[in-house]
Amino acid sequence: MDVVQFDAVSKRYTIGQRLNARESLNAAAARLLRGGAPVDGELWSLRDVSFTLGSGQSLGIVGRNGAGKSTILKILAGITAPTSGMSRTRGRVAALLEVGTGFHPELTGRENIYLNGAILGMSRQDIRSRFAQIVDFSGVERFLDTPVKRYSSGMYLRLAFAVAAHLEPDVLVVDEILAVGDAEFQRKCIGRLEEAEEEGRALIFVSHDLETLGTLCPRSLWLECGAVRELGETPNILRSYLASGLPLAPRSTASHAAVAAVRDVRVVADQMDADQMDANPVLMRSDRLRIEVDLEVTDPVPGLDLAITLTTAGGTRVLDELVSDSGAGRLNRGALRATLVVPPLLNVGEFAVGVWLGTSYEEFIDEPAVATFSLHGSDQNRPERVLTLNLPIAVDRRDD
Amino acid sequence: MHRRVGGPPRRRSGAVAQPSIEGDGSIGVADAMRPRSRADRMTIRSSAVTGSGAAPEWKVNGSERSKVAGAWLTLWRSRELIGFFALRDVRVRYKQATLGVLWVLLQPIATVAIFTVVFSRLARIGSEGVPYPLFALVGMVVWSYFSAATVRGSEVLVSNTQLVTKVSFPRIAAPAAAMLPPLVDTAVALALVVVLLFYYGVNPGWQLLAAPVWLLLVVLTSFGTALWLSALNVRYRDVQHAIGPLMQIWLFASPVAYPASLLNGWPAMVYAVNPMAGLLGIARWSVLGTPWPGWPAAISLVTLLTVLGTGLAYFTRAERSFADVI
Repeated sequence: MDVVQFDAVSKRYTIGQRLNARESLNAAAARLLRGGAPVDGELWSLRDVSFTLGSGQSLGIVGRNGAGKSTILKILAGITAPTSGMSRTRGRVAALLEVGTGFHPELTGRENIYLNGAILGMSRQDIRSRFAQIVDFSGVERFLDTPVKRYSSGMYLRLAFAVAAHLEPDVLVVDEILAVGDAEFQRKCIGRLEEAEEEGRALIFVSHDLETLGTLCPRSLWLECGAVRELGETPNILRSYLASGLPLAPRSTASHAAVAAVRDVRVVADQMDADQMDANPVLMRSDRLRIEVDLEVTDPVPGLDLAITLTTAGGTRVLDELVSDSGAGRLNRGALRATLVVPPLLNVGEFAVGVWLGTSYEEFIDEPAVATFSLHGSDQNRPERVLTLNLPIAVDRRDD
Repeated sequence: MHRRVGGPPRRRSGAVAQPSIEGDGSIGVADAMRPRSRADRMTIRSSAVTGSGAAPEWKVNGSERSKVAGAWLTLWRSRELIGFFALRDVRVRYKQATLGVLWVLLQPIATVAIFTVVFSRLARIGSEGVPYPLFALVGMVVWSYFSAATVRGSEVLVSNTQLVTKVSFPRIAAPAAAMLPPLVDTAVALALVVVLLFYYGVNPGWQLLAAPVWLLLVVLTSFGTALWLSALNVRYRDVQHAIGPLMQIWLFASPVAYPASLLNGWPAMVYAVNPMAGLLGIARWSVLGTPWPGWPAAISLVTLLTVLGTGLAYFTRAERSFADVI
């Protein structure tokens, strides 16, 4: 039995309309990707999108920013109406587009559970019968009668998700909610979504965490500029989606100093030559990375040293390797190539390559981000860790 | 906490079962790593599906317009949500204001004091046979409700932008709920009216029984006006700036500080196009026993129904694009 029928849905935004910040950013991104200005002050956020979903099935949606993912969810949820076409849903639809919308900081946890439940479409009776479950899931029972403004952000999120997660809808629509919260919270959310699937609810899931998407949704829809690029088995979709070229910039600005100049910086998977790199620039977490820095030394100062650094998007300096530390080579006059091979120990995410050039007394170049790259793959639901060393933890019985 | 699914422990490739401290202090295995298999899921799923009775109706989100008549039904169906919205506002308002009730009384008392000096003492305006302070207070109580509810209602969508763009709740519940919290203030102020009735020895008589009727009519006037203003406010934020002056002008265009009976003949009829003109007359007739306003009241009722009807129509038409333009 179908519970969702999305039939040739198109959605047009008029540029003259006041758009909210997110929407106009999406619009700007879409315009940039499509190349060129939109025609007649219009922007098609969705064009002729169709799919169906049976009860108990789940569908993942992938696509770049501005591809129209959020618009699909909003139309499904009935928040906004399609310009043409039709979206039909059967039974209760619950959309978690944002965790905690409708919470009021001055109200207590208990009051917010009832308020938020009502906003999400539950009757008072529904809420009362699930109250214990919600409190149990959120783990805030000791603070139920405290205003949520005094909650930690973690408690707040847990409570908010708990209410939404116990809606027991027929169709569950989930946007990027897992982008917030700590790893523990995310695991809990995913666990709850899996339960929802087990209970026979249809799930539509949008996430940049492709690994989670893969485990939750056997089928996926790839959106590009508002149109369906591909609809099919998730592993196939993810493979072609990743290969379609991600916005990574393995090369970037050169740096000059009186004594030397950085000409080029590349990040490639080891065992991959330059031709392959252009064809398939996707770096996986499991890849051994080769960072190559091309530089030209014009004035070989005595004791000249080079460092290559790696920094996460969060600003943590993961690596800071000096040429002199390993005694691997010397910086002579002329065109040089410094190569640093990094074993597969980094987590997924964005990284910046930095170059430092100097002596013990002087600093000529200090560029913490001459190039950036992204690592893809699974973060194994632990987005917070920088390194994945898989060190064993021994668990023994204590005898004391 | 979680329902565990049976089956042999199976580790996802590449995944390592990580110990984690759970909320209750025990050490458990991370949820995402919990053993499960596709086959187990399938069996549970099918049993859940068979258990779920008859298929519900399709809900359609298409490009065609929704019907205005459905608005009343929507209102009735979302009565619980309206209640929770209203409760939220009342709780938030009185949570930290220890002098809550006093603030509620201060505003009408101050205004009535000023009106008494300006309109009664200086301008020598009549008050249809009842003591002027009582006359002005009843007018002020009705007006304060109308003004507070209308202003609140007109801002309610814009001040809940997050909700409008992220949650699909019946939009009309928001302005409807805004009509309720000011009733708390009105109840307190009406208690003051009762005190003054005893003080001046005014006996309203059987017409007092009509109080719920005119109160409801005042609420509907606010609701109709708020429907217009809230929907317009989504598209044109100018409404927010205009509402203050609008309410000022409307106050003096309504018989709050003076009786409508200053006018006679056709000017009285034109004057009554303002729905508050008729309603204030009815309220005073009911509470103070002043003369029944007559035909002007009927004209006011017609305006009221027109504002309410067109307000509903405009709101239902505009609400489809609220999330897009807010």
